[in-house]
Formats: sequence, structure tokens, C-alpha cells
Amino acid sequence: MFLIICPYCGEREQSEFKAGGEAHIVRPKQPTELSDDEWAEYLFMRKNIKGIQFERWNHIHGCRKWFNMVRDTSNDEIKAVYKMGEKPPSI
Amino acid sequence: MSKNLRTKTSKFIDETTRISFRFDGKKYFGFRGDTLASALLANNIHLVGRSFKYHRPRGIMTAGSEEPNAIVQLNNNSSRTEPNVRATEIEIYEGLEASSQNCWPSVKFDIGGINNFLSPILPAGFYYKTFMWPASFWEKYEYFIRKSAGLGKSPTKPDPDIYEHKYIHCDVLIIGAGISGVMAAKIAAKNGFKTLLVDEKSYLGGSTIYQNSENFKINNQVSNSWLEKEINEIKKFKNLEIKTRTSVAAFHGYNYLLARENLTDHLPLDQRKDKTRQRLLKIRAKKVITATGSLERPLIFDNNDRPGILLSSAIKTYANLYGVACGEKNVLFTNNDSAYETAISLYQKGINIEAIIDNREEVDSKLIKETEKNNIKVYKGYTVVNTSGYKRINKISIMQLSKDGQKVTGNKIFIECDCLGVSGGWTPAVHLFTQSGGKLKFRDEDQVFIPKTYPSDQISIGSCNGDFTLDEILSSIPNKLKVFLNIKHTVYENIEVQSPFNKSKRNIWLLPSDKNIGKTKSFVDYQNDATAKDIKLALREGFRSIEHVKRYTTTGMGTDQGKLGNMHALGIISETAGSKMGELGTTTFRPPYTPLTFGTIVGRNVGEYFDVFRKTPIHEWHVKNNAKFENVGQWKRSWYYPKNGESMHDAVQRESKAARDSAGILDASTLGKIDIQGTDASEFLNRVYTNSWSKLSIGKCRYGLMLNEDGMVYDDGVTTRLSENHYIMTTTTGGAATVLGKLEDYLQTEWPELDVYLTSVTDHYATISVCGPNSRKIVSKIIPDLDFSDESFPHMSFKNVKIGKIKCRLMRISFTGELSYEINVQANYSKSLWERCMEAGKEFNITPYGTETMHLLRAEKGFIIVGQDTDATMTPIDLQMDWIVSKKKYDFIGKRSLYRSDTIKEDRKQLVGLLTENPEEILEEGAQIIADINKSPIEMLGHVTSSYYSPNLKKSIALGVVRGGKNMMGQKLIIPMENKQINVTVADPVFLDKENKRLNA
Ligand SMILES: [Zn+2]
Repeated sequence: MFLIICPYCGEREQSEFKAGGEAHIVRPKQPTELSDDEWAEYLFMRKNIKGIQFERWNHIHGCRKWFNMVRDTSNDEIKAVYKMGEKPPSI
Repeated sequence: MSKNLRTKTSKFIDETTRISFRFDGKKYFGFRGDTLASALLANNIHLVGRSFKYHRPRGIMTAGSEEPNAIVQLNNNSSRTEPNVRATEIEIYEGLEASSQNCWPSVKFDIGGINNFLSPILPAGFYYKTFMWPASFWEKYEYFIRKSAGLGKSPTKPDPDIYEHKYIHCDVLIIGAGISGVMAAKIAAKNGFKTLLVDEKSYLGGSTIYQNSENFKINNQVSNSWLEKEINEIKKFKNLEIKTRTSVAAFHGYNYLLARENLTDHLPLDQRKDKTRQRLLKIRAKKVITATGSLERPLIFDNNDRPGILLSSAIKTYANLYGVACGEKNVLFTNNDSAYETAISLYQKGINIEAIIDNREEVDSKLIKETEKNNIKVYKGYTVVNTSGYKRINKISIMQLSKDGQKVTGNKIFIECDCLGVSGGWTPAVHLFTQSGGKLKFRDEDQVFIPKTYPSDQISIGSCNGDFTLDEILSSIPNKLKVFLNIKHTVYENIEVQSPFNKSKRNIWLLPSDKNIGKTKSFVDYQNDATAKDIKLALREGFRSIEHVKRYTTTGMGTDQGKLGNMHALGIISETAGSKMGELGTTTFRPPYTPLTFGTIVGRNVGEYFDVFRKTPIHEWHVKNNAKFENVGQWKRSWYYPKNGESMHDAVQRESKAARDSAGILDASTLGKIDIQGTDASEFLNRVYTNSWSKLSIGKCRYGLMLNEDGMVYDDGVTTRLSENHYIMTTTTGGAATVLGKLEDYLQTEWPELDVYLTSVTDHYATISVCGPNSRKIVSKIIPDLDFSDESFPHMSFKNVKIGKIKCRLMRISFTGELSYEINVQANYSKSLWERCMEAGKEFNITPYGTETMHLLRAEKGFIIVGQDTDATMTPIDLQMDWIVSKKKYDFIGKRSLYRSDTIKEDRKQLVGLLTENPEEILEEGAQIIADINKSPIEMLGHVTSSYYSPNLKKSIALGVVRGGKNMMGQKLIIPMENKQINVTVADPVFLDKENKRLNA
């Protein structure tokens, strides 16, 4: 089980968190103007990387804030956490 | 047979306390301090079980948790019975009863033993190959397999013991309290670290604590007395916690470990009452020091599994620690110096050694010289080629090894014996290290895997790191820990060590025989009966990956996870396939290291604590009034209230009728309630619901449907505008938490610019729903000042009211189709308010109803239940609820998905009403719907989602989803059941009061 540093609360156990899938997928501002394929790209397509992955996490049993995490999925090493809206660190 | 093989007193055994126990029904005696294995051996009993496949007689093989053979059933037929207990680990207590497993009818005469003679037709993969075909025979095979195989019996009665979970946080966790662990503990504790030292045994000191040979000295003291003093010292540290009988089961990432602490398993049953049996420790350590030691390897030769064949180190343990001789005519067989340590221990105790067989040709060491000085014959360059003795080894035959070790030469020599100790060198116990994600490297010189890279802040020390000798351990630990713990001084500078161990080893994974390999039984995995021949067969059949060979031959798949033989399996594979050991990798070591009981895993989460449940504040009233409850999520909801022994059907019919004829009352407190405030609250609702919210005036309520981004219905409920920037949203009971989570997600990540605040108030308000034609009369009795006229208080509107001094929110909304009022009140007032409603409704026969009646009433009106009439594949259009989807709004969650090529298809499953030809026939929910019974294969068009007998319409009604159902109005369809077909007609899903006259009555 990971130890995760919530950007708002500090170091907490993984059981307090919920994983929320790939990060930095922005909901299209004008969905109606998208083709079926373009909408499907947003709706369904997700990466599943062995290695460095950018993902969303939610401190659901804590401050309930969403934030982003950079994690190496091959060894579960957490490289960085940062708040929603912040620029992803270059890793 | 009954002999006493107890030798000189051991200080670890309390010979003043004699303990009686039973094994396979017969009474024996041992002493306090004995394990079941040592006590049996003292009684000259080796045969304790049968192997899994061939049912070969098997004896005690080891003295520890790696034991593959001596697994027994404890306390058979009692509620405390436990299968697969290792006799080498369980400490005996007065009254212990153990029995052999895996043998039927008895360990001495076992019918499954016939498999042994059939073994030429039972090769690797036999079960896979044979019992797969023909499929219809499986039941017959299964009967015999179940009867003659299987590892022990599960208890059939509830577990009477108490288990618990405990969290531990420490600076340094040390796993294993052998000499390395004890040294590490002293260094860590002395430097002020909060330290936890655990060991699976009942004593500290590992194998060094009984190493009393003059050959091994530390600072000029015999190694065990030196260690004893160290142990006495570390016991004094206040910042060091020591836990014995504690086995680490799992080593997860981020230094999170699970360990099982055994508290009462060594006590007589009558002393265990009210005590916690086992504790699951959840340990989070800043740093972990693994000092788990190493396991001695057996040797792989023909018939290497007979009772009386043990690991050489186990024979030494039994002699030194328990004062027990494993035999009277002992032979040792080795490829390294370890067996000579055993030899020295044995002759020190006066135990006879017939001979030592050493694979090594030219070898010389102080230990060997000393052995030979004592007139023990050493056969150098020899190997054992076969053994005999069915229930106990009685003879071995040996031959000379060729120079390359691939063949045997010369004449066979026979040696009689009743015990054979084998030593194939040592395997570092890297199981926990690899569980944590650590990567191994292969050390060619002595053919061992040792830790290479650490995935977390941890280190391996001592023999689990490949440092096998006393001088390697003592010289490496201080420097390693200085770096690891970032400290300046250890207490172990300049220690003098005397350790005459010669590290040479002649490693031959599969020893040659004078027989063809096809005729040999050289066991690699004792518990699962996998032989070297099986592994070679698997390779011939094309298996290459170690993981595949493992599964095909079942090597390493027993309760011991192949702790003894895995290395040999790898060695034989690499030799046969011509690959390099280091490149082949190992199989994955998975938790737990040793088996855990279910009791330990669940801890206190049993019985009423198995899962949390939630009660409404009115719960007590329901209980008092004979409600039956149903689980809705975590909630206990009133299901129905049977009167005078009514059946559920009768109760629901009565409740439903009362609600429509006069008045019903429902506890709706479980509905999710989310308080929404902020200047952008209306805009927010516009984006999350399919319909429009901008024009909802203050004091009005509106029903909303919430979709997922994929266009599928997610939740529904009524939201009320309390003031300009203040709404209260209701959600389904089950959806409350996830809806809040979803809304927060959008607010925080997609629309952070919106000024909206969400608060869950589900628990803060209770909701009492009064419905029926007389509901207005009843509620107005309680709130006499309010104008209940349709003009002042129409359907779908809200009023702030006061009942006495208590503020309430009163909504006129309906889920039943009847005139209906919902009173929302601060939770702690709700029970008394409910009672007031009952009192006021008495003259109108107000009838409490539960969820079943609620479901029936709403089905009459064709109102959906999200999750019952929908799954995650229904759009609002599929539900024939087009009216609720705003055409004007530019965007809302899921809008774009409503006109994807898939969602606009005409032949999607759509919600319809279903009426049975026979109005008394009630459909089964979940039943399939078809059109043509003669078509092959029959085409499934959909299924029934809700079905009831309506007492108000006096007929059966149902909702269902049917492919293309929207355009099937009036069409006849069929519900095929097990022994009949039911004819139905597709109907409008609104069965009652389509004009909504009742709502506005
Ligand atoms: Zn937080």
C-alpha cells in the first residue's frame, strides 16, 4: 500500500484515496461540434503505460480534493504530486 | 517401535514438565518446549503423512516453516480443528490431538498408495490430460480424487476464537532474530531508533543459539554463549519491541508489511478462553532490515523422499535444540561443509554416525579433519544412487561420481541406516525481499540468488543476503548498518571471529543414477510429488517458461510453496534447456510466506461487525412495529410490515391498497441529500441534469435525470430551489455517495470557475413521506397554520414550516402518483414527528409501508428505479423519457453521447410495460423476453425489470426492456419459463392515472 503525499493534507495511507484514471484529459468545451470519432477519443481512449504515468487521485476519505500524481507503474514509485490546474512537472 | 530417542538434556527443553498428546489416536509424551515434530521423533516416529499424488509415505523433513511433508490436522472434529499445520512449527501442549492428512483410510495403510505403483501412467500433467475428457466423466473422477486427495479438512463449525488487527509504526523493523537480526536490533536500538524485532520461532537467536561447538567462537566465546549475552542485553532496551511467534506474511511496497502474531496456539485449550488467538500486525516501517536467514537445500536422487530422510541441518537442530536423535544409525549426505557441523553435534551428544557421503572429491577442511579424527568414514566423490525401506529408510546404495558429475562409476556400496541427513548447500530466504519488489542476481560461485536492487528503504543482511559464514556476517553487518541507518558507531567494531567453515561446494542439481531417469523417482517437490523426470517431460513437451513448468508439473504449488525444491527445479530446467540460471529468473514468490488463517485475515470483522450498516433515526419504531428489513446499500430499510402472520405478498397488497385508498406513510430518510449553494448553483444544475433549471422559481421542485458522459442514466431525484442561490438535491439511496463524488469531481477539475459549494446532508435530515387521498388532511392537522390549497401550495412546490418550534421543510412531491407530502426534519426530531403523523392519521387508517410497496406503487405509475429498470446501458431515450432531455441547452453531462451512432439506433433495448394474458400471472423479474419460440437459436429480445400484482388495478403489471420495444405497442411476446410459456402484450409503462388526477386531487 502506497504512502501518498496529498498536496493539501500531507502524507497519508493509500486506503484514504481513490484513483481516478489518466490525468490531463480535458472535457471538450464544445462537445456538439465534435465528430463521433473525436468524442469517442475523449470518452473511451485511455493510456495504460508500463512506466511513467500521469494520473488523477482523490483524497476521498480526507479533504476530498482531486490532485494529480506522476507514478511509475512498473514499480509504483510516486515521482510527484501536484494540484489540479498546476502544470505537470517534467519527468 | 516405541523407543526413547531423547539424548542429553537440552536447556531449551523443560524435562520437568511432561506433556501428553495424541497422534493418530495414540497417546505419546513429550516435554514443554517440544514441537510436535521433535516429540514424535523422540518417540521414533518419522512417518506422519502421505504425499499428494502418489500417496507415498512421508516423514518429517525439516525443523521449520519450510516443512513440506509433516503437515497435520489439529484437533479433528472440534470447532478448533485446523488443517495443514506444520508439525515442525506447532509447539505441543497438554491434550493436543493431531492426525495425518492425505491418507485414507490410515497413514499406515493408504488406498491411494496404489498411485505409487501406477506412477508410470501418472506423469506430469496427468490430471490435466486425463480428467479433462470426456467431460461427462468428471463427476466420477471427482469423487475419487476428492476422497483420496486433498489437504486436510476445513472446520465445519464457527470459529470460537478471537482475532484482531493492530497497526504498528516504527523506525526500523527487523525480520528475523537470528544472530544477524539480534546484532541489527542492538545497533538500531542503541542509536535511538524505535525498533521492532520479530521472529517466527518461540525463541531468539536462530540457529546460532544452539551452536555450541568449540569450533565457532566470537570474541573467544563459543558462539551461542556470546549470542545469549547479546540477547539478554537487547531485552533491556525500552525503544526495542520484540515479538516472537510472529511470522511476516507479506512485504508490500512502501515498507508496508503484514505479520501474524501467534498468542495462544502453544497453550492448552482450557487456557485459551477469552484470549486473542492471533493478531494480524499491519506494520508501516520507515526502514526494514530483512534477516530471514537461509534454508538448507535437499539433494535430488532416486527415492530421496523416504521417511527418515531429513535435512542435515534439521538433524542438528533436533539434537542440539530438542535433545532428540533422529535415528540410531545415521548417515549424512552432502555437497558442502554443513553436514560436518551436524556430524560434530551428533558425536558430541554420543549419537552414532555410520558414514558421511560427500559429493566433493578433493576437499579438505578443519571440520572434515575433526570428523575423520572421530573415526567416521567419509566417502569423498560419492553420491547416493538409491534408498530402500517403505515406511522408513533402511538402506542406501552409493556409487562414485564421474569427474564431470554426470555419471556414476564403479561398484555399488550398500550402507544400512535408519536416518539419512542431506545437505545441498543453502538458499537465501529472499521470499519477502522479492515480494517487496526487489530484484535478484545469481551468484555463480555457489549457485544462489541474492538481493540486487532494493525497491524501498530496506536492506538484507546475514545469510538471506548470501553471507553464510559467521565471519562474513560479523564483518559485514557493522559497516552495512552504518550506511543504512546513517550512524557513526555500531557496537560491533573489532570483533574477533573463529569460523573454520570451508565454503567449497559441488553443486549438482540432479544427481546421476545407474538407472535410466525414466525409472527413477527423484523428488523435487515433496508435497506435490513433482519429480525431476516430470520437469524433464514438461521441457520435452515444449514448456520453457519457469512459470509454465511450475503450473504443468505443480512444482512449488503446495502449501510450502516449494521452499525446498524450487532451486532444483530451476537448476534442472536450465541444465536441460541449456539456459543460464541468472537469465531464467525465478517463479514469483507471493504472500503469504506461510499460510494465514481466515480468522487472522478478517480479525474482528465477523458477525454483526462484518459490514457496517446504517439505520434511519426512525429505525426503532420500525423494529417495534414488526417491520421486515431489506438491505439497500449499507442501509437497513423497512421492507414491509406484516400484520398477524401475513405473508409478504399479503402485507404488500394491503399496504398498497391503503396508500391509494386513504393514506400511507414511508420513511424516506435514506434518500441522498446534497445541499448546493453558490451564485452559479443554477448553472451547475443545468450542466449536470438533462433538463433545464434556469427558470425554476424559488420554492419550486423539479425532477432531474443525471447521465454519465457516455449518455447512460446514472441517477435521478427531485431538487428544490430553497432560495436564489440555494438548492437541495435528492439522490437515490444507493447513489448518494457516488453522486456527490461525481459532482465534486466536475466542480474541482472541469469547472473550477463555478461558484458552487456542495455539502452532504443525508444524515442531518430525516424524510417522512405521507401519501394518499387523505394525506392533506393528516399533514394539515400537524401544520394547521399552512394554506394547503392548490393555488398556494401546488404539486412540485416547497414551504418552510414550523411544527411547534421545530423548523421543517415541507415538499409536495410524489413518487407514488398520489397526493403526497414529504416532511424533512432535523434527524433527531424525526421519530417523534413520525409518531405524530401516525396519531394524526389514525382516523384515516394511515398505514406504514416499506420499500416493496413503494416499488409497487411507483411501477403502477411507470416511474423508473435507477439500477432496477436501468443498468449502465440505458439512455433517457431508451427509457421513453425524451421529455426530460432539453433540446435548447448547449451542453450537459452526457449530451453529446445521446446522438452517437450507437445510441441513436432504433433497435436498442427500450423500456416498455408488459401485461400478462392471464391477469393473475406474475412475471419473474429477470425473466427473458422473446418473440418466436421456434426460431433457432432463440433470439433474446430483453428481460423483465420490475413485476408486481397491482391490488389497485387488480392485475399483474410489469416493466421490461425490449429490443425495439418503443414501436411494439400492443404486440404479443413470450416469456419462456422452465416449464411453461407466458404470453404477454407490450403496453404503455404508465398503468394508472396517466392524467395525473390523483396528484392534484
Ligand atoms: Zn487531502
